[in-house]
Amino acid sequence: MIKKVSKHIVQNEPLLFEQSSPGKWGYQLPPLDVPPVDAASVLGKENVRAEIEDFPEVSEFEALRHFTRLSTWNYAIDLGLYPLGSCTMKYNPRVNELVARTEGLAWAHPYQPEALAQGCMEVIAALERALEEITGMAAVTLQPAAGAHGEFTGILMMRALLEKRGNARKKILVPDSAHGTNPATATMVGYSVENIKSNSRGMVDLEALERAVTEDVAGLMITNPNTVGVFEENIRKICGLLHDKGALVYMDGANMNALVGVARPGNFGVDVMHLNLHKTFSTPHGGGGPGAGAVAVAEVLKPFLPGPRLKRAGDKWAWNYDLPDSIGRVRAFYGNFGVLVRALAYVMAHGGNGLRQATLDALLNANYLRALLEPYYEIAYKAPSMHECVFSDDRQAKKGVRTGDIAKRLIDYGFHPYTVSFPLIVRGALMIEPTETESKQELDLFADAMISIAQEVDQNPELVKTAPHMTRTPRVDEVRAARQPVVRWKRPQ
Amino acid sequence: MSYPANYQYTKEHEWVLVDGAGGTIGITDHAQHELGDIVFVDLPKVGTTITKGQTFGSVESVKAVSDIYAPVSGEVTEINEALSKAPEKLNEDPHGAAWLIKVKLANASEAKDLLSAADYEKYVGAE
Amino acid sequence: MLAKIGAKSLEDLVSYLPADVRFNGKLQIDDGKSEFEIVDYFKAAAAHNANGYASFLGAGVYNHYRPVLVDTVVSRGEFLTSYTPYQAEISQGTLTSIFEFQTMVCQLTGMDVANASMYDGSSAVPEAAMMAVRVTRRDRVLIARTVHPEYREVLATYTRHQGIPVDEIAYAKNGRLDLDDLKKKLTNEVAAVIIQTPNFFGLLEQVKEIAALVQSKGALLVVVFTEAVALGLIEPPREADIVVGELQSFAISPSYGGPYAGIIATHEKYIRQIPGRLVGETVDAEGKRAYCLTLATREQHIRREKATSNICTNQALLALMATVFMTVYGKQGLRELAEQNLAKAHYLAGKLPLVFDAPFFNEFVVRANGRTPEQINNELIEKKIVGGLPLGRFYAELKDSMLLCATEMSRRQDMDTVAAGFRA
Repeated sequence: MIKKVSKHIVQNEPLLFEQSSPGKWGYQLPPLDVPPVDAASVLGKENVRAEIEDFPEVSEFEALRHFTRLSTWNYAIDLGLYPLGSCTMKYNPRVNELVARTEGLAWAHPYQPEALAQGCMEVIAALERALEEITGMAAVTLQPAAGAHGEFTGILMMRALLEKRGNARKKILVPDSAHGTNPATATMVGYSVENIKSNSRGMVDLEALERAVTEDVAGLMITNPNTVGVFEENIRKICGLLHDKGALVYMDGANMNALVGVARPGNFGVDVMHLNLHKTFSTPHGGGGPGAGAVAVAEVLKPFLPGPRLKRAGDKWAWNYDLPDSIGRVRAFYGNFGVLVRALAYVMAHGGNGLRQATLDALLNANYLRALLEPYYEIAYKAPSMHECVFSDDRQAKKGVRTGDIAKRLIDYGFHPYTVSFPLIVRGALMIEPTETESKQELDLFADAMISIAQEVDQNPELVKTAPHMTRTPRVDEVRAARQPVVRWKRPQ
Repeated sequence: MSYPANYQYTKEHEWVLVDGAGGTIGITDHAQHELGDIVFVDLPKVGTTITKGQTFGSVESVKAVSDIYAPVSGEVTEINEALSKAPEKLNEDPHGAAWLIKVKLANASEAKDLLSAADYEKYVGAE
Repeated sequence: MLAKIGAKSLEDLVSYLPADVRFNGKLQIDDGKSEFEIVDYFKAAAAHNANGYASFLGAGVYNHYRPVLVDTVVSRGEFLTSYTPYQAEISQGTLTSIFEFQTMVCQLTGMDVANASMYDGSSAVPEAAMMAVRVTRRDRVLIARTVHPEYREVLATYTRHQGIPVDEIAYAKNGRLDLDDLKKKLTNEVAAVIIQTPNFFGLLEQVKEIAALVQSKGALLVVVFTEAVALGLIEPPREADIVVGELQSFAISPSYGGPYAGIIATHEKYIRQIPGRLVGETVDAEGKRAYCLTLATREQHIRREKATSNICTNQALLALMATVFMTVYGKQGLRELAEQNLAKAHYLAGKLPLVFDAPFFNEFVVRANGRTPEQINNELIEKKIVGGLPLGRFYAELKDSMLLCATEMSRRQDMDTVAAGFRA
């Protein structure tokens, strides 16, 4: 039975371009307090455009209604559980939004004199310190804009260190359960990629790894806990194997929500890792971004961090550009500062103990869901789950229903689907991460929905295969979108 | 769909029809079925040299990309232009109208060690 | 809940972690704070920054007014707290707004195809270079010295290990790209020539002439912009092959350098080489228009090591800010905004000794007249004005000059103070 949602009026809304009327506007500029200039005479006639063809022309209220109507077509964490595995969709505290808009922070120009930017630098320094403490690593850079950008930064540093030692080496090892960003990143740093098989418990196969670690290997990119939500129990041994051959270990910290306050990568042999501040540290996903991909390094990689770096000059902060071994910049300025403010606010609200408590609660919620769902869905690996649990659609596939169908049916029950068909090593994966911010009531509703769907699969598989039935928009034809790509509006001829 | 007996097949799911010094290459019905709705076909330019066992193009569905391996070596003499406008033809007629490329064979004897239709059918049955 | 999972305490949940891995200490982070204390902390931090200063800094980050509607829209939880719109049926709001964003970026830049956003303008530059390398199957890149210096540094970081040699093109006496130097360096191995307009000195580059030259050698022209407001008035770089840029000017607060929103736009024929997410139009099961992410096979989650880029998370919410901004200003407003910027900048520039003689939009380079830019800036700070960017840190030959920017936010009275500061 569907308990969580009912029918609801939803407004239709054309595109902005279709509702524009010539001459409408939604802005007001103050009168010019200097003489106007003739654009054609100061820029040259050939440099002045006629008009921006078909650009929107609507009133302020029409604009507001437009975007408000569109917003009602979205699902969001503010509406309910968003159990995307590996994405850590937790509550986004609103005080974080408020403090990020503090006038003196939001309007700080990156080139304003350092004496007039001490507040921003303090915030950056405070977050670097907190993340060093959480990861147990020697230093942190907050420059990367996102997780994949952090991976890129980390692998560049590994390469720089190995080059300094005389041999950059040729390849990066990546477990077959890894996110696609890992191999894509290795390629961008000029490495070839070799996949390492997982064993029957969903962990890196030690023997396969041992065979693969040769003098050609620059390092391993490992996610821990990995993408099946299982802690790599041999992590120390794995790091040792790599280090013995002069190679390095990169940890993808996408799943750090399982470890904060419980285990520190710096203590178990990791050389470099990234943190997704938009996952573990609660900054909002915003429909796809922004994020921030803080990178933490062991002592040995510190000289290679991207610049500039903060330094103390007397009782002031200053930017240090004199970094001879640095890999250089990975982006302009200092990082996604507005995201950093939000992450620091999250750390402050929790404190050391609260951060650890959040981790335990995340583990509790994931294991609770696992216990409720295991009688109905096939758990992919028996090993203990951490912050997420991964099932396969084996039982449902016998009825011709696949993970993607179950996901679409979940929508009818008022939930966002879990992560579908990932990791690739699990046939028909359902990857579920509830996070610590969900109540028992919401988890129970979700489990009820999943169980109800399992029963529907038995009794009426067609109902599931054709879902969703309750949404404004039924299934979307992705094949047509890809065969004849239309990626912008054009005025009908 | 049946597998034409006059074609020869690879374990990577390509077929080749050898006709004297020339060959026509495509992907098998099994391959198109595994991929699902095909949305894009990437083919080499005429004049390109392809080498047996190496990739010469790819076929894409919405959520997967599959490399195409050359069953024989040779020089591309013609590509099936119709597929760029209508990739769905590969789902409809992979052994006929939706051939991919034609080549001038570098070495006609290369096709000898490919699978027969019967062997290929046995192979995909077991896979 | 514990009983259901067969655990006695929460600590049981981590008991299987190997003993030599478990962290048994206490994180050295202060105890949790209340909302009130957190707000207070950040207010105190902000008080250590510039507050109440007029600013004439530009150089890639611009002070433009942010219409109230922008935060009203992006504060809606349905936009703020949703994930990447992979589940099209319950993401039509985000998908539709991105489709509108892609369309407006195309209208602004004169291109046919734009993606859903890049991290920022600086990282979009190497992505464009990598794209040009894939398209042309050549490997050299030329970049004008008049492209933002930090963007050039980012390009160097990205290309270093991908076998893409980068060379710089000098600027001429008038501060624009030196066409002779370009001709000299433009060989048949060049995949891309990267220029910026308005360039780092605020000057308009001769896009048409440069495009003709570059394309005659089979290379692609990449045009960068940092000041999007200029596109309300100046002719877009229609002749470019790829346009990348930064939309910070469109209602994204300067925020000490980020988060911003980068764009990449190109022609239809290169659509499969573009990095990042793309939203496409299609129909739903009832035949109604709908949108979904499309051509995903270019991306890392499918093509892995062969992907066009490793980019995954983008800047969707910032792109939405820009979309609301473009909607509120619209066709007429964006032009008027650009005209105000032009008028203010020319008013201030008219009182100062300019270094370069070429058309400029809202930024220009001024010589410090026998003193140092730092001296002038220090005196202005006393008057609650942040002056221009001293250029010596990026261009040794311009160490006696600064880059000034005036926008619609610049008051005449403050501009007069700046002008007087140069005479003092």
